[in-house]
Amino acid sequence: MQEFLQNLLNGVAVGAIYALIALGYTMVYGILKLINFAHGDVFMLGSFVGFYAGGWATTHMHDKAGTWMSWPIAGAVMLLAMIACGLFGYLNERIAYRPLRNAPRIASLITAIGVSFFLEYGGQFVFGPDPKFFPTLIEKHLIRAGGIVTTNYQLIVLVVAIIFMAILQYIIYGTKFGRAMRAVSFNFETASLMGIPTDRIISITFIIGSVLAAVAGILYGLSYPKIDPLMGIMPGLKAFIAAVLGGIGNVPGAVVGGLIIGIIESFVGGSQFSSFRDAIAFVILIGILLFRPTGLFGKYEPEKV
Amino acid sequence: MAQTCTRVRMCAHSFGLVTDVMKRNHLILFAAALSLLLAGCPPKNESGGAAAGPGDIVIGEYGSLTGPQATFGQSTHNGIMMAVDQINAAGGVRGRKIKILTEDDQSKQEDAANAVTKLISQNNVLAVLGEVGSSNSLAAAPICQANKVPMITPSSTNPEVTRKGDYIFRICFTDDDVGENMARYVVEQLHVKRAAMLTDVKTDYSTGLTATIEKTFTSLGGQIVGRASYANGDSDFRSQLTAIKQNKPELIFLPGYYTDVGQIAIQARDLGMTQPFVGGDGWVSPKLVEIGGKALEGCIYANHYSYADPTPVVRNFVQSYHDRYGAVPDGMAALAFDAARVLADALKRAKKLDGPSVREAIAETKGFPGVTGTITIGPDRNAVGKKMIFEEIKNGQLTLKATIEPKTAGVAVKTAPH
Amino acid sequence: MKRFPWWIRDTIYAVIFIGVLIGLSYGLEAIPIQGIAYYNRILVLMGINITLAVSLNIINGHAGQFSLGHAGFMAVGAYFAAFLTVYYFSPYVNTIPEGTGQWLAQNGLLLLAVLLGGTVAAVAGYIVGLPSLRLRGDYLAIVTLGFGEIIRVIILNIDKVGAARGFTGIPPWSNFFWVYFFCGVTIAISWRLVNSSVGRAFLSVREDEIAAEAMGVDTTKYKVKAFIIGSFLAGVAGGLFAHYTPAYLNPTMFTFIRSFEIIAMVVLGGLGSISGSVLAAIILTFLPEGLRAAKGVLHMTKDPRMVIYSVMLIVLMLTRPQGLFGRRELWQVLARRKNTIPTKGRDEGDAADKLDRDAGPPVS
Repeated sequence: MQEFLQNLLNGVAVGAIYALIALGYTMVYGILKLINFAHGDVFMLGSFVGFYAGGWATTHMHDKAGTWMSWPIAGAVMLLAMIACGLFGYLNERIAYRPLRNAPRIASLITAIGVSFFLEYGGQFVFGPDPKFFPTLIEKHLIRAGGIVTTNYQLIVLVVAIIFMAILQYIIYGTKFGRAMRAVSFNFETASLMGIPTDRIISITFIIGSVLAAVAGILYGLSYPKIDPLMGIMPGLKAFIAAVLGGIGNVPGAVVGGLIIGIIESFVGGSQFSSFRDAIAFVILIGILLFRPTGLFGKYEPEKV
Repeated sequence: MAQTCTRVRMCAHSFGLVTDVMKRNHLILFAAALSLLLAGCPPKNESGGAAAGPGDIVIGEYGSLTGPQATFGQSTHNGIMMAVDQINAAGGVRGRKIKILTEDDQSKQEDAANAVTKLISQNNVLAVLGEVGSSNSLAAAPICQANKVPMITPSSTNPEVTRKGDYIFRICFTDDDVGENMARYVVEQLHVKRAAMLTDVKTDYSTGLTATIEKTFTSLGGQIVGRASYANGDSDFRSQLTAIKQNKPELIFLPGYYTDVGQIAIQARDLGMTQPFVGGDGWVSPKLVEIGGKALEGCIYANHYSYADPTPVVRNFVQSYHDRYGAVPDGMAALAFDAARVLADALKRAKKLDGPSVREAIAETKGFPGVTGTITIGPDRNAVGKKMIFEEIKNGQLTLKATIEPKTAGVAVKTAPH
Repeated sequence: MKRFPWWIRDTIYAVIFIGVLIGLSYGLEAIPIQGIAYYNRILVLMGINITLAVSLNIINGHAGQFSLGHAGFMAVGAYFAAFLTVYYFSPYVNTIPEGTGQWLAQNGLLLLAVLLGGTVAAVAGYIVGLPSLRLRGDYLAIVTLGFGEIIRVIILNIDKVGAARGFTGIPPWSNFFWVYFFCGVTIAISWRLVNSSVGRAFLSVREDEIAAEAMGVDTTKYKVKAFIIGSFLAGVAGGLFAHYTPAYLNPTMFTFIRSFEIIAMVVLGGLGSISGSVLAAIILTFLPEGLRAAKGVLHMTKDPRMVIYSVMLIVLMLTRPQGLFGRRELWQVLARRKNTIPTKGRDEGDAADKLDRDAGPPVS
């Protein structure tokens, strides 16, 4: 029972990070029908911005470590990473995807792969390929309850992830921008005929997605303080699976998908089949897609003639 | 740097120019022409080291300068370049300078084969240095063997590598050496009989080491009470550790690379596990303690040498490496440094400067004073006669726990089949 | 050659093709220039990549089924063929005294191993093709990607083929001749398919599945057929790759990154264009090798070649969004250049994509 709860908790913490990355995939997909394969690497970029900003902050404000001041510093580092990634997301869309808006969709998929390669190899070129130690922005504490152990990091990850998901949900359903976004997602052409500035909506969607990836990058760096330029590949892939599992284009689906993948991986990792862990997410995904071809929450749309 | 920037800008500018002026469809042709042009350009000063002259002895290096194993590849490259520059500064070999041509293999096996083929057939290298990953060395070794070009791998531990032929040499220990000594040390010195095994299923290094540790450990009466695996580059190991924790081992074998070890230790301590981890030479890096910190207290690993060793040969190496690269060298850098110097030493002794003679000279290497120990090339072309040491991490510092004399290390060499 | 019956004509073509190949395989090695072994090696890898790209083009380009699992099929073919030669064929060949007999046995058994590897890959393709009955578009893409990764992880857990240590001891029997022989076979199959009833059915499935079904095309059958043919040829390419120097296999060779590289060749060449796939495979195989010189030319201490490679991939895609030749073939593009005024619009196929975009599920 103890082991079960421990694995469940670990799974939820990992799943929350997958969910944050998956949100970026699902939003971009929902609006453009584009699988943005570079998204996992934007996540890496966020971590690295946090690494440099946090490194600067911890060396220059050494005496503040451990005090209440560490929270605003951590917040500022996260904000900086969000701004940097948002900017990158905007440029990425502007340079690599917008020119292909009217081209076959698969062309933008290849540029997405190109951007992904660019970030990975460029990261190794600029940051160097060796793993870096992510600065300890906030002191770590262990929390024990009923035989299971957790850290304040895992709780921070959960809380921050929930806050950002709530904000996103509010943006999509509670604001005018969100309504425009849903309109663009529903029907691109009609939305633009109705006077919705589709280009701007798409840009902002990319920015939001990249900002969420930056948040995930910082949270990841905090809980797993080893970062390197290729760190985005596997979490990116898992998050992508999570997005598809939940029904790609569907925001709550991405969250649920992320949690499912995180929890299942945690249980497989703790079993004797741990050497199959990387494949298990796909097995689950295929199993679910065979019964629900559009994911858990995806709407089934009969094909129109 | 400024020069580089202007070049890049010029390049980018010409790109823009092309898209504006030429028809779009011509860009493809342009790209093809450009890459052809680049391929045809004579390589200028590729080594980044001393200027090349016509009388230079050309040595090839292939390594993972990019890709998942790039961090090891870069260290190796640094070690080789430093060794060669030191040798050249001291007058070179036979009055000639050594020139290193480096090719990247992106940590991919078929690229390693491409790179070595290029070095041998296009650049006519006399000998080849590389790789870290045994799988990449295995891909390149048959090509070196077929072309009769000696190859020295600084840090591929798979015993299979040197069995590829009589032109393939190795500076580091093999999996058999390290695994056997690790198991022996744990049973005989630490008196531990119940251990768990955490394997990295993605790297050949870890799976290879796991097999030999397990074999020796169980033959000495030990028991593997828990097994789990992860994949190199994972970040969450809590579920595997939770599973191992239930089996209450006295210690945990962790034959992985230092890039993962730190994280694993941190998460184990978070889960309340106090068992020490025991690892192999893949742990050797200053990054290990930087990432793992306090979590690694009491952990032990097998090593070729200690960078805190006060002997002058090690001191000089660590000091000059630090002066040059601003970092403490890891195990890969030290092995690469030795590999390059063993090769240079063989070049001095070789009767002629051709493949077979250099091969013979390398094979005759005896008692070479390397940073990682005294290197003698044994009959199966592995380095024998090196001491293996076990180091414990105490207060963030490495302390020597035990030294295993070459006699014991030689046991594995005897059992290695040909 | 119109007056010959088709089978005589085809035999003549085949004989000419094989003759040219034999000539080339001896001739290329004999060229006395520096680094010819290296160029030959790249040429052979190019041939393998062409086979892969053209075979994926059958699935993605002709039948319109978005597959991202080609590296998995290649891995199945490679490992199965290598398994056969290492454990059964190679010991047998070694019992034959050296000479013509051994030479014949070696090449015959290589052919057999490669074809059997392709067959097993085709079985895998059949299994992967089945979900495509229910899934479409990006869902199919992720499932095929998943199958590729599952295959890799399974291989990683089979000790008999070396697991993570890699599969060594494979005899290096594959060579320029075999690689380009199968390259030619693949192109011929692909070309014949396009102009056959099966190929027409593929196109109809690609263009409009519902209309195709309404016209009596058994879409299920043709989708699975495309997967079987494509994966068979990918398995053959894998088998040839396994037996080419240094004849070493490792599961890390077959990650989804390789699938990405192959799909990049197909898309860059133009979906459905055979000559486009061939040309793109040539460019994208050569590019990373050609860029090896970039470091020296730019006087950099770090190697920028893969950064340049990725930028070039993006730029190429931006300048030719519909691929090098769109859905046409090289000669059609050249002919069009001469005769007609170039149209300002995009190549065909956009309308379908736009429909596709509008029909997708909305954010809810």
